[in-house]
Amino acid sequence: MVYQLKILRGTGNVRFWQTFDSPCTCADSVARALEELNERTVLRDSAGQEAEPIAWECACLEKKCGACAMVIGGTPRLACATRLCEAADKGGCITLEPLKKFRRIRDLQVDRGEMFTALQEMELWLENDAELVEEERRALHYRAASCLMCGLCLEVCPNFSPGRTFAGAAAAAAAYRAFEPSAAGAHRETLRTQYRKRFFNDCAKSLACQDICPAQVPVEQLLVKTNAAAIWRRREKKHGAR
Amino acid sequence: MRPVIIIGAGIAGLSAAIALAEQGQKSVLVSTMPSERAQSVMAEGGINAALDTKGQGDSPEEHFRDTIRSGCGLSNPTAVRALTEGAPALVRALAALGVPFHRTRTGEIDLRYFGGQKKQRTAFAQSSTGKQITAALIQEARKWEGRGLISRRPRHMLVELTVDGQERCTGCILLEETTKALEPLAGPVLLASGGLNGLFGKTTGTTQNTGAATAAAFAAGAACANLEMIQYHPTTTPISGKRALISEAARGEGGRLFVLRGGARWYYMEERYPELGNLMPRDVVARETEQACRETGQKTAFLDMSGVSETAFAEKLSDLRQFCLEFLKLDPVQQPIPVYPGIHYFMGGLYVDAAHRTTLRQLYAAGECACQYHGANRLGGNSLLGAAFGGRRAARTILEEGAHDAELPADGTALQQTLAAMEKRKERCSCAAAQKRLAEIMNGCMGIRRSEERLAEGAEALTSLLLLLGRGRDSRVSGAEQLLLERRILLARAMVESARSRRESRGAHWRIDYPQRDDARCQKTAVVRLRGGKTELNWDAIPEEGVPWSIS
Repeated sequence: MVYQLKILRGTGNVRFWQTFDSPCTCADSVARALEELNERTVLRDSAGQEAEPIAWECACLEKKCGACAMVIGGTPRLACATRLCEAADKGGCITLEPLKKFRRIRDLQVDRGEMFTALQEMELWLENDAELVEEERRALHYRAASCLMCGLCLEVCPNFSPGRTFAGAAAAAAAYRAFEPSAAGAHRETLRTQYRKRFFNDCAKSLACQDICPAQVPVEQLLVKTNAAAIWRRREKKHGAR
Repeated sequence: MRPVIIIGAGIAGLSAAIALAEQGQKSVLVSTMPSERAQSVMAEGGINAALDTKGQGDSPEEHFRDTIRSGCGLSNPTAVRALTEGAPALVRALAALGVPFHRTRTGEIDLRYFGGQKKQRTAFAQSSTGKQITAALIQEARKWEGRGLISRRPRHMLVELTVDGQERCTGCILLEETTKALEPLAGPVLLASGGLNGLFGKTTGTTQNTGAATAAAFAAGAACANLEMIQYHPTTTPISGKRALISEAARGEGGRLFVLRGGARWYYMEERYPELGNLMPRDVVARETEQACRETGQKTAFLDMSGVSETAFAEKLSDLRQFCLEFLKLDPVQQPIPVYPGIHYFMGGLYVDAAHRTTLRQLYAAGECACQYHGANRLGGNSLLGAAFGGRRAARTILEEGAHDAELPADGTALQQTLAAMEKRKERCSCAAAQKRLAEIMNGCMGIRRSEERLAEGAEALTSLLLLLGRGRDSRVSGAEQLLLERRILLARAMVESARSRRESRGAHWRIDYPQRDDARCQKTAVVRLRGGKTELNWDAIPEEGVPWSIS
């Protein structure tokens, strides 16, 4: 099958679709097909018109960095972890659009800066040493820290819209890690207030975030723990404490 | 002191920024992408420290000896001493920052076997140790960002270092990636920009590690060292568009390498190296794998993980298994993984002393972009250590030196002139095509097996490429980006010249025309500088341990 990439392009208010024929094959990733377009000396679209290189982001190309999140065939996914044959329609056409919940920079490139700002504003950090000796907590920390900050969870979240208070699942994963038993005093109170305001109050528990997460962050499990600490004020026992 | 400019926001850059902040010093973290996308997150197997939690009587002294031995005598011993002695405290500090290192039943930090070391010394979090360490450092840096001591410049890349008449770095010029605006920034500069992967097109690393920052420093007059020392990781596997790493942890937990010989499995490492077997240092395993494939006429070797227990897979390698299932469509529990050596790490880079000073004053380097700890071959588990330790060590030097020099503003006049001259070029050229050609040339002559003939061809081809590109202008990229490509080609040519000059085989550098190690002539650091557009090469003696030594 000959594949075609139909890409929603442009910057600012300018938006247009442009289609490119790809020599890539079924097992190639969408990321590979995009790279191939930009490797050409002269890029021409399917109609033979010369085109500008396509703006998109990638780094690791193996699902470890979250850079290449975009909407592929109508579904938000990572381009590196999506094979052409999985994403193409019957005619071999694959539509690519930028994530819609974020400000578009150019073509498939968006500004996910507000995800990072939210973690900052929520003061999601440790003031005291972490104690990760106990196995279950350690395992959950590992999974929470696997978050790629790719933004797919926010893209599918029915409660998240850009520029609003609700910070979404990525912030919840980071919040779990900040709610160490060692968190105390004023910082613990800030964490509680922020968690309630930026996450708990507006999360309707659709858990679409958990289903879409490429890093398989167990959002529901993390919420149970963080809600207990932040909302119901149950302090986890420190390791060894009786 | 002005805020320290840190180029690169991976583990080395984050570690430096945090160490500076702890002392009240401001810094600016410059990176094309957020730290979550840094190549550091791809480091898998673990971080070395002689914590001796396995009752094997391990010590920093043994870690030191293994590192020096694996580096084949090219490492800076003073630097390696500090690295190995500092490692246990560093790993404990990382655990306190929230890195979920695997623990023993008694709650101690667990350690696994890694190549080139007879003791269990590698602390780990499954096989995503780099990701987990980066996540903890991002969280810690966020705290200092909140307190105004660390600020970030995302979407910026280094174009030029500004240097005054006294070979002192006064700051840099950054390129904002979206608007293509050039922004001067004054202050001491720490390069923490990672390896030179981009000279080879695609490697196991990220597409963001282009080598451009090192090329900019090289063009500004900073010396590079041992550029020919490139680690081919023995076990990389092809996925769409690149080669991906299969962690050394796979062998640390019991994976075995074989090739098919007459239809039967030949476990060549175990046959040839009965003691360390599959866990010989990486240079040896990569070479043997290449040879075994060559001898048997096979295109690939395999990693047999059938002897690894279900528990080990579940607790220590779950992410590796997941990766194989998803990207290779195979389950390593049942099927062997096809593997072959691929470019993974650059031991060479910016020449620094034990305090992480480059040959330009007020310019420092740490992490993979710097050369000192790993000599001719890096031990698995020493890269995360080198990055985290080196970043902190460089920060200390900057604080110690910072007050001595007068502050000078960065000056972008020279760059503006260069760029203006480029715009006057009449011919059209293609940076995409030149990048592709660069990778072809480098992969052609800087492979595992090297020879004068191929290297000479490579050097000549790079000179031609440079001439071709130098006559034209590609309107599809900014002038700064084209300039960086031209500088990366200059750096690539220096790398090839360095490889030509080292007429011996040592560590990762295997010359088929000079198969012997030549300590008398070549147990030295190959130092390259750019002088008037030409590569100048000198051999520096390896400094003695503990003897005060400065490279400038």
